[in-house]
Amino acid sequence: MDDRITLRLARYRPEEEAEPTFEEYEVPCRKDWVVLDGLNYIKDQLDGTLSFRWSCRMGICGSCGMTVNGEPKLTCETFLTDYAPGPVRIEPLQNFPVIRDLIVEMTDFMQKLTTIKPWIVRDEERPLAEGEYRQTPDEMSEYMQYSMCINCMLCYAACPVYSLDPKFIGPAAIALAQRYNLDSRDEGSGERLDILSQHEGIWACTFVGECTEVCPKDVDPAGAIQRYKLDAALTSLKSFLLPWGAR
Amino acid sequence: MRAAIAIAETNPRLRVAVVSKVYPMRSHTVSAEGGAAGVIAADDSLDEHAYDTISGGDWLCDQDAVDEFVKEAPQELLRLEHWGCPWSRTPEGRIAVRAFGGMQKKRTWFAADKTGFHMLHTLFQTSLKYTSVVRYDEWFVTKLLVDDGRVQGVVAIELMSGKIQPILAKAVILCTGGCGRVFPFTTNASIKTGDGMALAYAAGAPLKDMEFIQYHPTGLPFTGILITEAARAEGGWLLNKDGYRYLQDYNLGTPEPEPVLRSMELGPRDRLSQAFVKEVEKGRAIDGPYGAVVHLDLRHLGRQVIDAKIPFVRELCQKYQNIDPVKELIPVRPVIHYVMGGVHTDIDGATPLAGLYAAGEVACVSINGANRLGSNSLPELLVFGARAGRAAAEYASTQTDPNSSLLAQAEDERRRLERDFLHKTDGAERLATIRTEMQETMEQGAGIYRSGEGLTRAADRLRELQERFRNVAMQDSSRTFNTELTAVLELSFMLDVAESIVHCALRREESRGAHQRTDFTGRDDERFLAHSLNYRNSDGSSRVEYLPVTITRWLPGERVYGR
Ligand SMILES: Cc1cc2nc3c(=O)[nH]c(=O)nc-3n(C[C@H](O)[C@H](O)[C@H](O)COP(=O)(O)OP(=O)(O)OC[C@H]3O[C@@H](n4cnc5c(N)ncnc54)[C@H](O)[C@@H]3O)c2cc1C
Ligand code: SF4
Ligand code: FES
Repeated sequence: MDDRITLRLARYRPEEEAEPTFEEYEVPCRKDWVVLDGLNYIKDQLDGTLSFRWSCRMGICGSCGMTVNGEPKLTCETFLTDYAPGPVRIEPLQNFPVIRDLIVEMTDFMQKLTTIKPWIVRDEERPLAEGEYRQTPDEMSEYMQYSMCINCMLCYAACPVYSLDPKFIGPAAIALAQRYNLDSRDEGSGERLDILSQHEGIWACTFVGECTEVCPKDVDPAGAIQRYKLDAALTSLKSFLLPWGAR
Repeated sequence: MRAAIAIAETNPRLRVAVVSKVYPMRSHTVSAEGGAAGVIAADDSLDEHAYDTISGGDWLCDQDAVDEFVKEAPQELLRLEHWGCPWSRTPEGRIAVRAFGGMQKKRTWFAADKTGFHMLHTLFQTSLKYTSVVRYDEWFVTKLLVDDGRVQGVVAIELMSGKIQPILAKAVILCTGGCGRVFPFTTNASIKTGDGMALAYAAGAPLKDMEFIQYHPTGLPFTGILITEAARAEGGWLLNKDGYRYLQDYNLGTPEPEPVLRSMELGPRDRLSQAFVKEVEKGRAIDGPYGAVVHLDLRHLGRQVIDAKIPFVRELCQKYQNIDPVKELIPVRPVIHYVMGGVHTDIDGATPLAGLYAAGEVACVSINGANRLGSNSLPELLVFGARAGRAAAEYASTQTDPNSSLLAQAEDERRRLERDFLHKTDGAERLATIRTEMQETMEQGAGIYRSGEGLTRAADRLRELQERFRNVAMQDSSRTFNTELTAVLELSFMLDVAESIVHCALRREESRGAHQRTDFTGRDDERFLAHSLNYRNSDGSSRVEYLPVTITRWLPGERVYGR
């Protein structure tokens, strides 16, 4: 007989109820089961109406972020046994509007993503015939860490600034802007600095570093923000000293 | 994504809708680890890549398509470099390449062991700069709209609101990926349910070579998480319970301490997975809690190589298996990974149905034949995604606006979804039970080794399951993000795809590549040097026809590995 564990799930069905409620389900607590396995067990065996997102179940697609016992987690790599004997409280990610049950709306992030121009910007594109851009392993390591973001939104759920000011462009978007800024093939950092500096929120970031702490992919968005602030301060200093616009 | 960019570049006046049931950067390409093949090394040649692909595919590849593929792959990979893909580099800053199974030269580009992740995010992020590309994120397609013999759009559910709506178009490109989820144990994500194949089949386009399903030799037990072939390319060994490199007993070469291309652990996937079954039969595998396994040994590579070249492998093993490959053996077993077959297309991604194109794993061009070589699929997405995009753009530029009669069809589809699922109150069968039984049926009947008897039984059981599916019980009648509705539609797609696999497998009375029959053990070029084409008849039954393979330069020969 398997051990069992109780999952206390936030449920919200907007067509039926005005407020989220909690429901409890008992699921097997097996050694190799992650929280997501528990949720699928509920959906398949106990209650087909439960809704949540998932896909790869190997921590790379970024779909399955939820709040587990108060902390933002990828549920496909969070083991049930770590919470034994339970109960485990599972809620949608904080700081986002809830669409239903454990599913949050992230349209806002998708729009922000486009505004920071997350693509290689060049004055002149290199013809294919000239082969690859040379980029040494050292040059790569400048931006590599910031390119590992899976857009899982855990950092937004943990961010105290975003919770107060949803206009704040947020940790992952800034990290991605830095990913391109620091890429030796890119020439768009000026444009991106202008865009980011329009977002007041960034100066409100206090470097508490919650984003970096919860990030499952070690992206270190807090470091990216810090670096951005330095660059931005330098640039505005320069434009102050060289008002004719050298950048 | 590649197709969308190609359309935007071919004709910026066309409006492109990218419809996806998950946010595009969550598509399953994100999980691909190992790499993407394209000839760049000085000692390599297009002909060698073509030959490896064709012999790897047991001569079922169309050689004209393979020629185009190997020629364009390096260009496409380079284009991705220009778009920002962080390909791993040599110390001088040039593109680095690694070895891969079945390839005689090092030609696999890689971004550490997160190649698919970086490719997908690069493509997605680059696509954001094209303003003519409009995304329908989290819209689930349920039907292709066909009128006047032309595909002119789709019906889709907007998941957030539950709205069921037509999206009309002058041309449709299916890029919906594979169908690994018809089997119980797979590396494939939950979204890989063969939707595009079933949609095309229902609309009248044939499915090609569906019997060829690839097992990857090294998946983690229980989760099915893939341990990439790159682990063997970097020098990993496969060991049986006696610590013996058993592949030497299966005509795959002799063991050397260093990896040898096209030999032993770097043989093709079909042969390695078949060797596993034989090892189990000989009682030389290891018993694990989830059935028999063998061991993948990376210990001799050392921490440095593992952390530099295959860090994700270490992360996955530590996280999901509680094992550190630097010090311990990894338990692995074959796992369903890829489908060689798919919607029949020509070299420009066009299906026989006007206005319908397909590219990626959903399509069968065919360059993969009876067994795909590792690292050929990712470049296939780029090469044929771009070709399909260009061809569809040209076609769409010459078409008139879609007929308004399609709206009536879309209305019918909405009523069907409501009647059969959303408003359904009767029904006694549990969705998950039918799904599990389908998956077990497929594993038992259409696994690594198949027989006429087993396949006939599987076909009968699938028929039965189709019947029982009509009696499925629905608990969720709400509109907002109804994932029971998507799950039931995915199940209906999978049942159709499963039947297609079994029907094609039953008729192919020979053994070739990934299709091994215990009752027809040899390859039979006389009868079966041909693609299976599976059509849906108007009464709903299915028929299989054959189409000769295009052979240009390489006559069918013996597949030789390790010599
Ligand atoms: C774990 C793993 C590792 C791999 N490693 C490698 C490797 O190293 N090298 C290599 O060459 N190949 C590799 N492969 C194979 C390769 O990754 C896949 O064949 C390829 O990524 C498939 O891409 P695709 O674009 O065809 O489909 P996907 O990336 O699966 O995308 C399908 C898209 O279609 C959408 N879709 C599907 N159905 C619907 C619907 N009904 N309505 C709306 N949208 C829909 C989905 O939302 C998704 O966006 C690997 C595969 C796996 C599983
Ligand atoms: S930075 Fe980290 S936590 Fe934030 S979205 Fe990216 S991967 Fe998730
Ligand atoms: S399911 Fe993909 S990250 Fe968890």
